[in-house]
Amino acid sequence: MTTTDHSQRDLLRLATAGSVDDGKSTLIGRLLYDTKSVLADQLAAVERATAARGGSDDAAPDLALLTDGLRAEREQGITIDVAYRYFSTARRAFVLADTPGHVQYTRNMVTGASTAELAIVLVDARKGVLEQTRRHATITALLGVPHVVLAVNKMDLVDFDEPTFRKIADEFAGYADLLGLQDVLAVPISALDGDNVVDRSARTPWYDGPTLLEHLESVPVLRDPTSEELRFPVQVVIRPRNAEHPDYRGYAGRIASGVVHVGDEVAVHPSGRTSTVVGIDTFDGPLDQAHAPQSVTLRLADDIDVARGDVIAPAAARIESGADLVGTVCWLAEKRSVLGARLLVRVGTRTVRALLREVDARLDVDTLQVDAWDSVDTLHAIDATDTSSDIPPRSLGLNAIGRVRLRLAEPVVLDEYGSHRRTGGFLLVDPADGTTLAAGMVGPTLLDALAPAPAAEADDGWLAGAGI
Amino acid sequence: MSGTTTLTQLDALESEAIHVMREVAGEFERPVLLFSGGKDSIVMLHLARKAFWPAPVPFALMHVDTGHNFPEVIEYRDDTVARYGLRLVVASVQDAIDDGRVVERPDGSRNPLQTVPLLDGITAHRFDAVFGGGRRDEEKARAKERVFSLRDEFGQWDPRRQRPELWDLYNGRHKPGEHVRVFPLSNWTELDVWRYIEREGVELPSIYYAHDREVFLRDGMWLAPGEWGGPRAGEQLETRTVRYRTVGDMSCTGAVESTASTVPDVIAEVAASRLTERGATRADDRASEAAMEDRKREGYF
Repeated sequence: MTTTDHSQRDLLRLATAGSVDDGKSTLIGRLLYDTKSVLADQLAAVERATAARGGSDDAAPDLALLTDGLRAEREQGITIDVAYRYFSTARRAFVLADTPGHVQYTRNMVTGASTAELAIVLVDARKGVLEQTRRHATITALLGVPHVVLAVNKMDLVDFDEPTFRKIADEFAGYADLLGLQDVLAVPISALDGDNVVDRSARTPWYDGPTLLEHLESVPVLRDPTSEELRFPVQVVIRPRNAEHPDYRGYAGRIASGVVHVGDEVAVHPSGRTSTVVGIDTFDGPLDQAHAPQSVTLRLADDIDVARGDVIAPAAARIESGADLVGTVCWLAEKRSVLGARLLVRVGTRTVRALLREVDARLDVDTLQVDAWDSVDTLHAIDATDTSSDIPPRSLGLNAIGRVRLRLAEPVVLDEYGSHRRTGGFLLVDPADGTTLAAGMVGPTLLDALAPAPAAEADDGWLAGAGI
Repeated sequence: MSGTTTLTQLDALESEAIHVMREVAGEFERPVLLFSGGKDSIVMLHLARKAFWPAPVPFALMHVDTGHNFPEVIEYRDDTVARYGLRLVVASVQDAIDDGRVVERPDGSRNPLQTVPLLDGITAHRFDAVFGGGRRDEEKARAKERVFSLRDEFGQWDPRRQRPELWDLYNGRHKPGEHVRVFPLSNWTELDVWRYIEREGVELPSIYYAHDREVFLRDGMWLAPGEWGGPRAGEQLETRTVRYRTVGDMSCTGAVESTASTVPDVIAEVAASRLTERGATRADDRASEAAMEDRKREGYF
């Protein structure tokens, strides 16, 4: 019986970015296969499909077919949408967001990266760091993914040549520095043959780092919650009003960051009213303290007005709240942004009306160039993939990343994404049909760190020389 | 301190599911929980009790009744509803056949027929959020499903037009007539569900554990006899020690030979199994590479 071995196992969320050409689906297939997460009927289906696509009967199963779930994806041989995959080892369970790598699916990469603690960026050892590699790294940095693995794949096709690997790893490291990525590990692999994915390869004696899976098993899952300030977005107010609990009033939510103890002095934002935590309740009994990301119900000493959308934080904390939101967004919808549009902003558990006042900069994720619009009349840096003839000024199209200024109908807590990844994200929603228009990050981001980019600087130097 | 500040995998999954359920309670007017009496829906109900305690579960249950039920499951359903003071809505496939909304299939399977009464039930009761126990590990079309999955007024799922889902900001906005399917167990695997059942001491219908049953073999699956389709000529009834890995329409849900009579036995068996639960027990998913995607597009669970 191995049940008890698993009871202390933790959970790592990771994202992969890349295209079929990089061998991403093959890599994921390999991780699933080598951790025995693929079962016989799934493998049989893949073998049938491999044969149906013209592979010989004794051909190795095309592991990429394990992951492409939609009919259109199998027909076109591409990954269109984020797919979630599950595998586990004795030490850790993994939720893997498998995202397509092409530029037209940037929004899916942003989606996958938003919850990931680790991102695997894949490159083909024969091709090295390409434009899309830089895009993947940029999005990883923009979304604040703490750990990055550069998987240099297809090493079998370059005879496991160490200088080839070093050159790619060094080039990527330079780029990662520029982006402010802190924790980057490069691993030479062959997803097709399995080298250094799960099992150490005999063909890379010059590599003494961990295999991909060893690294996935050992990176820390979360920052220590005790090092972060408490944020508790209230989801619902629990008021049973029955004979057993006539006066019970609790605030249910999931701790977004930090730790809460019974006796803590807290403030409820945006009102700023203060009280004391007198109970941390769960179905399984009361707790003395709780930490992110536990779901609990808090009771307060005072009968103050607390509702869904409020944020409970330490009374002593300096909380930024206000009705002017400046942030970086990735535009997710086909419909372009329109200055002056009336939108909904979803931040934490609160939804408020908003006006899109300004779009004043746009980041080119491939070149890292930031184009700033300094007046209403300036019209440049339009989405190159957009062929429509009358693009409105200062507008963001699908997959564009830009800086926006929003005026909100009422004040909300504005945690900066850079320091509060769990509470500093927001959505822009179309009030007409509920479409999610954009995903945003409050406060300065990578875009601000890179802006303004003088044209001369981006035109020379290693950036322009690298890739393609 | 670090030992106490990382959640175990099951704690993390539980917290995420509770968060999802509370979001629904906060954002929707009329949620409902699809309750088949299968283990996933039972775990969902358990999570709902935990999410809103000490208040009662703030939404109704809906059972899509194919008419081909395991009696043990119906008994479990009715006991559960009574014990927790819940409201049960039954959407009946038989009623839909009787009034001509759907037509019985030649093979007798009623699994695909559940879509119409499900959608009619959602419309009649004006449910705007519908909790389902679907998991992304079950099937590759499900691997692409969102936690909050918008359905149009025909209940259709369009995988090409799904809303991006970022951080834990679930967008449940919808137009009148549309509804949102919500899958709190999206990130759970079959083994996670069983380990959670063990940890929480959740009671299940007895058919999940090994028992002797008269069954016959069809397409490599052990099916239970009934007036709806078996055994046909050439199919032999025999008594086997079996259990069910999934609970569905009795006509197409297969039993597996098993001696696992306790939760730890089942966990050991599932961990060692070389077949997925759908591959082992669902005739309808064997129809084609895209059988589930096609049914989901039409509004299936």
